[in-house]
Amino acid sequence: MNSITGKFLETLAGWKGTFSGAYSVRENGSCAEMRSTPFVEITPKSGLSGLDIRILPGCRGEVVAVPACVTQGGIDDLAYNDFYVGAGAEATIIAGCGVHTENGEPARHSGIHRFFLEPGAKVKYIEKHLGTGDASPRAIDPETVIQLGEGAQLEMDTAQLGGVDRADRRTKAVLGAGARLVIRERLLTEGQQQAKSDFVVQMDGEGAAVDLVSRSVARGDSRQSFRSQITGNAPCTGHSECDALVDGNAKVDATPMLSANHPDAALIHEAAIGKIAGEQIVKLRTLGLTQEEAEAEIVRGFLE
Amino acid sequence: MLELRDIKWSAPDGTRVLDGVDLTVKSGGLTVITGPNGGGKTTLAKLVAGVEAPESGRILLDGDDITGLDVTQRARKGVCFAFQQPVRFKGIPVRRLLELAAGESLTEVQVCALLNQVGLCGQEYMGRQVDASLSGGEIKRVEIATVLARPGKLFLFDEPEAGIDLWSFSGLISAFQSLRDRRDKALLLISHQERILEIADEIIVLSGGKVAQRGPAPEILPQLMGKGGHCADCGKRKAVFA
Ligand SMILES: Nc1ncnc2c1ncn2[C@@H]1O[C@H](COP(=O)(O)OP(=O)(O)O)[C@@H](O)[C@H]1O
Ligand SMILES: [Mg+2]
Repeated sequence: MNSITGKFLETLAGWKGTFSGAYSVRENGSCAEMRSTPFVEITPKSGLSGLDIRILPGCRGEVVAVPACVTQGGIDDLAYNDFYVGAGAEATIIAGCGVHTENGEPARHSGIHRFFLEPGAKVKYIEKHLGTGDASPRAIDPETVIQLGEGAQLEMDTAQLGGVDRADRRTKAVLGAGARLVIRERLLTEGQQQAKSDFVVQMDGEGAAVDLVSRSVARGDSRQSFRSQITGNAPCTGHSECDALVDGNAKVDATPMLSANHPDAALIHEAAIGKIAGEQIVKLRTLGLTQEEAEAEIVRGFLE
Repeated sequence: MLELRDIKWSAPDGTRVLDGVDLTVKSGGLTVITGPNGGGKTTLAKLVAGVEAPESGRILLDGDDITGLDVTQRARKGVCFAFQQPVRFKGIPVRRLLELAAGESLTEVQVCALLNQVGLCGQEYMGRQVDASLSGGEIKRVEIATVLARPGKLFLFDEPEAGIDLWSFSGLISAFQSLRDRRDKALLLISHQERILEIADEIIVLSGGKVAQRGPAPEILPQLMGKGGHCADCGKRKAVFA
């Protein structure tokens, strides 16, 4: 793998020259390095670009890394990764994607990740997106499909913290009885960047629960659009929260939708869009921070 | 240490709230400002911290005119201000806020010591977010702790007793007393609390936009309490202002 990929792996996937568990590194559309372990089998798909990742029952907290990097312009990479997580297996999955341009040509990565969790499986899914390089447009379009079996749990931590000009982020989940889904999204757009984030969650089983929190900061002339649609088809609980700080000429719109198709579906949405509260800045300034330091501190904390 | 000369301030609707306030606070002492609700105490504190600007009058700190300085500049000159109504932050942990206040990173031991002074267990609270998950009393204590963490010289606390239970209150009183014992610092509390009024070196009664009374605590306190009599519900002595 090249040095740009190496840098991306450090920031996106906690790489320190090596990975502790199973991994596959995708670089410019092909597999640069790969390793399976006794509990995690990674195999390339046949006839389709991407991987099948099987996390076997008995897996106890292994960290599986499948980052993807595009390190030059003129590349439009598309990968399909399917994760099959066996009953009761527990794992942390680190995906994440870096796109770098330096020859004036646009570059894009689209990662379609599907998660099939068998009953009782427990996954923490961490996904960071980052763009670096010259001024040419970089796009990252992640699509995440989640199917949670009975009592399965998935916690998704997804962040796009800079350098991505266009993002079309789609997440779709179906929850069985007693399944729990936690989603934490953090999004920063600046300049002319545009990001769309779309969540569709359907709870089909009794006792299912989703907690979706999206925090974003939009600066400059950037645009963000947040959409969430939570449907409860059984006794279940759903909570979604969209919190956006808007600065400069940026624009943010949020369209939350809740549908209860069962009288015991309890669904809540909270949304707050606006400038940084003036009193927060004043408080930090009374501690000796300048206006700019106070704003930076508030944004940093908000996105952390 | 602090001197206010003929300070006037009106609310946005034109109502005159402070109508020529003169006062002096010396270092190495504890001054308590008290007076009826809506009497302009919080406004006065905000004017000292630079959060509001006076219509007219001068504010001096150690003899320097700071009337034209902004909030940050006054903070850096040593003005420290604990809000009556603390501000919440999504995503800033208690420890981080204390470090911002101290202007340097703090060890766990230092963080625990600060939180202990306001009756909070450091281990339990240092990682908590300063957001809506803290109760009114908890956030009030964190607010006081941020000011105790500051390396300043003039310490302003706006009704620090609100939301603080009896046990933590004793700790708070000793924190104020040890601050007072520092000869190079001045402590200015806005309060209605009898126990705080009792430890004051000087009491200032702000009423009708002016300093209505001022003097040593032993002189002013009996007058305040005398006027108030006893509370019909709890039998406690109550101060009532003209
Ligand atoms: N920003 C403001 N807008 C309108 N009225 C204000 C504002 N700030 C203070 N006031 C008014 O000034 C008066 C004094 O308020 P305050 O200083 O908070 O009193 P205290 O702290 O003594 O209770 C009150 O009548 C209050 O309503
Ligand atoms: Mg007040």
